[in-house]
Amino acid sequence: MDAIATYALRLGDDSLILGQRLSEWCGHAPVIEVDLSLANVALDQIGQATHFLNLAGELEGKGRDGDALAFRRDVMDFTNCLLVEQPNGDFAQTIARQLLFSHYQELLFTALTGSKNATIAAIAAKAVKETSYHATLASDWVIRLGDGTNESKSRMIAGLDWMWRFADELFVMDDIDAAAMTAGVGVDKAALRAAWDARIDAVLAEATLSRPAPRRATTGGRNGRHSEHLGHLLSDMQFLQRAYPGATW
Amino acid sequence: MAQAPSWTAGVSPASGGSADSVLPARTPAVQDVRAILANVPDPEIPAVSVIDLGIVREISADRVVITPTYTGCPATLAIEQSIRAALDANGFANVAIETTLSPPWSTDWISDKGREDLRAYGIAPPPKGAAAASLKNQTAAECPRCGSSNTEELSRFGSTPCKALWRCKACAEPFDRFKCH
Repeated sequence: MDAIATYALRLGDDSLILGQRLSEWCGHAPVIEVDLSLANVALDQIGQATHFLNLAGELEGKGRDGDALAFRRDVMDFTNCLLVEQPNGDFAQTIARQLLFSHYQELLFTALTGSKNATIAAIAAKAVKETSYHATLASDWVIRLGDGTNESKSRMIAGLDWMWRFADELFVMDDIDAAAMTAGVGVDKAALRAAWDARIDAVLAEATLSRPAPRRATTGGRNGRHSEHLGHLLSDMQFLQRAYPGATW
Repeated sequence: MAQAPSWTAGVSPASGGSADSVLPARTPAVQDVRAILANVPDPEIPAVSVIDLGIVREISADRVVITPTYTGCPATLAIEQSIRAALDANGFANVAIETTLSPPWSTDWISDKGREDLRAYGIAPPPKGAAAASLKNQTAAECPRCGSSNTEELSRFGSTPCKALWRCKACAEPFDRFKCH
């Protein structure tokens, strides 16, 4: 895959893995409204993934479509950031991940509406309206749990503490990102950091929470170096195609 | 500003070709196709047609262009299949269906009839206009049963991606609200 196809693949992998993770909550959330909310966010992510992965397959030109990329690659071929593959943990940990990712995704998609790749621009313009709902949902819950009981607060702090080390990777610009940006297809992700920091800090302040202590960033997802959690997620998501290769219905 | 769907003028399959191009056996007029689609219901909200929902973006003699409501809406495929079946049943198998993402669908494209159909079905229609969209659904919904504005949002995510769950404090009925999008 060239840089532009890889760029689309990364966007698709982020959405796909987060969508799969969130769908694990289906039928298990604390209350039915939350169950519906998380399922809706998961649906939006999987919808984005379908578009981005189909595009990546088209740009690659080897006859792979979104389904082939989703179900017939193994762990080291996935290019999602480490944040989205992190386990759901309790509800607070899931919401912490959503807070960090959705604000990033909303800023990213807003910027990508100006992409010179018309398909990426169209997907971003459509998805950004949905992503703003995700960011609001996550922010509301962080505030509610953080500024809640001692129990909810301690869980929110623990959830943020778990996810925080994976935030830096969202804004890393490597060779693929630089090439995509030079081509006018990608954007400067590092430049989104200041706006993201301001948004997160505002939510944390309202939630009466502090930023987790800084720690060394954990990265590598973009190059296929994943945590052990992704393999387990894929074994579930890809079960059917592994057991019955090429099955359709 | 609200942008109404624009219907392209009928395109002759022969335009641009030689005068003796072979025409399809059944070449529908744009109005024929439109009339057929006006009877195709949305699979999730059967009270509203795909035309009134604003997801049909273009109709010509040889193609229909549709756009999904939400990126992950599971009804997208079912909608395309319903339209295909309706066209085929009327002998218009030659009319192709295409999907476009841009410009993104907006609830401003739901027709006035569609809004009334939603209300009659028990779903509060979305407020109209860019100003309403910027309010992010903060304004109180009007209860589709008793008409009261004394309502509260229970959950911004409802039974389908396009709806939020509300409750009327006047008549105590819960109801769906079509999200302004």
